[in-house]
Formats: sequence, structure tokens, C-alpha cells
Amino acid sequence: MSKVRILAGTRKGAFILTSDGKRKDWKVSGPFFGGWEIYHLKGSPVDPDRIYASQTSAWFGQQIQRSDDGGETWTPVGNEFVYDGVPGTHQWYDGTARPWEFKRVWHLEPSATDRDALYAGAEDAALFTSNDGGASWKELSGLREHTTGSSWQPGAGGLCLHTIIVDPNDPKRIFIAISAAGAFRTDDGGKTWKPINRGLRSQYIPDPDAEVGHCIHHVAMHPSKPRTLFMQKHWDVMRSDDAGDSWREVSGNLPTDFGFVIDVHAHEPETIYVVPIKSDSEHFPLDGKLRVYRSRSGGEEWEALKKGLPQRNCYVNVLRDAMAVDRLDKCGIYFGTTGGQIYASADGGDSWDAIARDLPAVLSVEVQTLR
Amino acid sequence: MSVRVVLPAHLRTLARVDGEVTVDVDGTLTQRALLDALEQRFPALRGAIRDYATHKRRAYVRFFACERDLSHDLPDAPLPDAVREGQEPFLIVGAIAGG
Repeated sequence: MSKVRILAGTRKGAFILTSDGKRKDWKVSGPFFGGWEIYHLKGSPVDPDRIYASQTSAWFGQQIQRSDDGGETWTPVGNEFVYDGVPGTHQWYDGTARPWEFKRVWHLEPSATDRDALYAGAEDAALFTSNDGGASWKELSGLREHTTGSSWQPGAGGLCLHTIIVDPNDPKRIFIAISAAGAFRTDDGGKTWKPINRGLRSQYIPDPDAEVGHCIHHVAMHPSKPRTLFMQKHWDVMRSDDAGDSWREVSGNLPTDFGFVIDVHAHEPETIYVVPIKSDSEHFPLDGKLRVYRSRSGGEEWEALKKGLPQRNCYVNVLRDAMAVDRLDKCGIYFGTTGGQIYASADGGDSWDAIARDLPAVLSVEVQTLR
Repeated sequence: MSVRVVLPAHLRTLARVDGEVTVDVDGTLTQRALLDALEQRFPALRGAIRDYATHKRRAYVRFFACERDLSHDLPDAPLPDAVREGQEPFLIVGAIAGG
């Protein structure tokens, strides 16, 4: 019998929700690390009981926690995130130069082949890697030292590296995204990087189609089509069919193309999901109606999914890492809100249920499908 | 010498201790010597009180003892006699800043 395990990071701790394959009855456990911000948790594809968590606090800094029993017990592992060499400067909000300073880990990406290997995306933007289960970390500094690095600037959430996607066919090819620098790709395992932002247009930077400076909120890929990427930018939903070398807008008939999350159906690589948010100055759904939009054509044509979602007085946000899909035959879709709800659909988005209603603000949602 | 240290709740959880802890410090008792000994005894606290690379106190952490704020004292300045003699604890405090 299959089982589904949801790993939810919130402003005040981590929660784990489990259900059998029917996905009707959910057991909620937690909070783990109560009172700490849990930016992200993710399990190893090799060993699903190996889970990594980014635990962070403005007071007490960064911790990485690791579980080897599916989240029942945890051990703090290495938290020494030190930039390689003498870090230079990036742009501050006012355009002045600001030294790089480590603040927190936004995203953890465990290896598909080695339970002890993983990447960590940091604020201020940098990519770290560990090969010993998180005990020690090394920066892949070729990214931060890219010639454009001094021009990167923070988005509202900080200068964060929030998306890490490893090509399932070529582990040396890695895609990352930074707010607000843009997307980058390495083809040599992280030694050298190139910006992949051609086709993006952003009106909040001096040159709207500059090589870097774009506030990308999230990027998603279906493992069967690793050259196709879907992006929710600050404004605009984009897609690339050449591994990021060029992008085209696929916002189509969305009521607003601002938003944070984007994800791909587990079995249909052209079926994608976003949650439109009113605007960059009003981070809540249009007209108080929470709706997921689904495109079955890889963008352009979108349908609103609202059954089971609040359609009045709803003013929550859905943050960039707070949507995930399971891999059961009937694909499940999950997302968390800043109002503390986790919504689940066991039918590809046609209908939704709140499987948790009163958690702290949800920062991230990951799903493990356990056979 | 054996020095008494009071940790804030989140760091007690991290270090897996309850209440006050004691740490043994050799030589002159300074903030640096005390924090070195504390981190050696409780490795999970490394990076949580002061920066790994610079050893600079984290911005939202304060050091109090004997009803004095020692947060801005030099790290190699001697700590008060009452802390060295175990009469008073060294308080590591999370700044009151919401949350």
C-alpha cells in the first residue's frame, strides 16, 4: 500500500503529515524545532527516511537537521556555511555595494543517487554542497564569482538562491534561480555558470531585458523533459524548451500573472499549476478567491480550479517553495499558505481539501511518495 | 574553574539541556574563553551565538552578568569575579525583538 508523507516548513517549526494512498485521512505530527523558521525540508530520493531540514533564526543563525527515521528523530549536523575566499559585494536595495553575508538556507536539494550528497541554496545567494550527509559544506563559488555577481540585488525576501534543479540525465547540469539576479545553469557540475535569462522582461530594472537582475520566484521541470523549464517570475509565467537558453511568456489567459509557485504534474509533463496572486504590492489572491490555475498545454491556456478552496474573504499568500506533487497514479497536488492551511488534491487539482488549517505560516511543502 | 551559564530556551533545546549549565574554563576567564569552552562542550551551539568565521556576536544575542550588559565588552576582557567564582551566572539572552 502506498503512503504519502508531506514535509511542511513553517515560520514556527516543521510539521509532517502522513496518509495512505487514498489521501483522505491525514495524521499531523509536530511541531519539530518549535519556534524556529523552517525554510525547507526534503527527503533523499535514495533513502526516503533520510530527511534534511533547514532550521533558521534571526537570533541564533542556521542549523541543518537530519533525520534517518522518516522525521521521528533529528540530529543537528553541520552548519558552517563560509563563503569561499574573500566575498565581494552585491547591490543593496538602494544600488550601493554591500558585502556578501551568509544569512540562511532557503532550499535543500538531496542527490538522486547518493543519500549523503546534497546541495543547499543560501541567502546571500550562493550554492553549497555536502558529500557527508550535511556534516560539512563547501561553496561552489564559481556561481557567486560570476562576472555579474556584483550587480545582483535582493528581492523583498533577500538575495536568496531558492531553486535548485539537477538534470536527471546529467548530474553535472544544474539549474538555479536567485531573487533578484535570475536563472543560471552549469554544465560542468558547478565550476562555471551562465545566466539563462534571454526572453525575460522586467520593468523594475533599468534595462528590462538585461542579462541579469530578474526576480525569478520559482522554476519547475518534469524529469522526463529536462530541457523544458517552467518559471513563475515576479510578473509573468514563462517556459523554455532549450534548457533555459531562451524563454517565452505563457501567461495567456491568467487573470494576473504575478505569483510565487509553479509545479508540474507527475505524469503529464505539459500540465502545470500556478497560484495567481493579485500583484507585487498586494500579495493575496484576486477578489479574496483562492484559485489554482492549471494548464494542460504547457501554458497559454489556463483553467481555474476552485472546488474546495475558499472563494470569499481569502487573503493568504502561497510562497515559492510551498507547492509539490506526489507520484501516485492519480497525481496529488499540495500547497501551503501563509494563513497556515495546507490544501491537497487527490485528483490532479479538480477538487481540494484543507488537510491542515491552523499551522503557522507555511514556507515550504515537499511530498514523498512511499511505496 | 567551573562557570555557570544560562542559555535561552531555543539554545537549551539545541544543546539538549535543561536549566543552567556549567562549563570548565582554563586560564583567564573572558567571553572568548567561555564561549570556546561552551561550544566545545555543546558543538550544536557553534554558529548560534557568534559567527563561525569572525566570532562576532550575533546581532540579536546579548551577554549579561551581575546586572550588567557585557555585550559590547571586548571578547578578551576579563569577566566579573562573581562569574569566575561561580556566584553569578553568565547570561546568554535572545534580544527582545518580537517573534
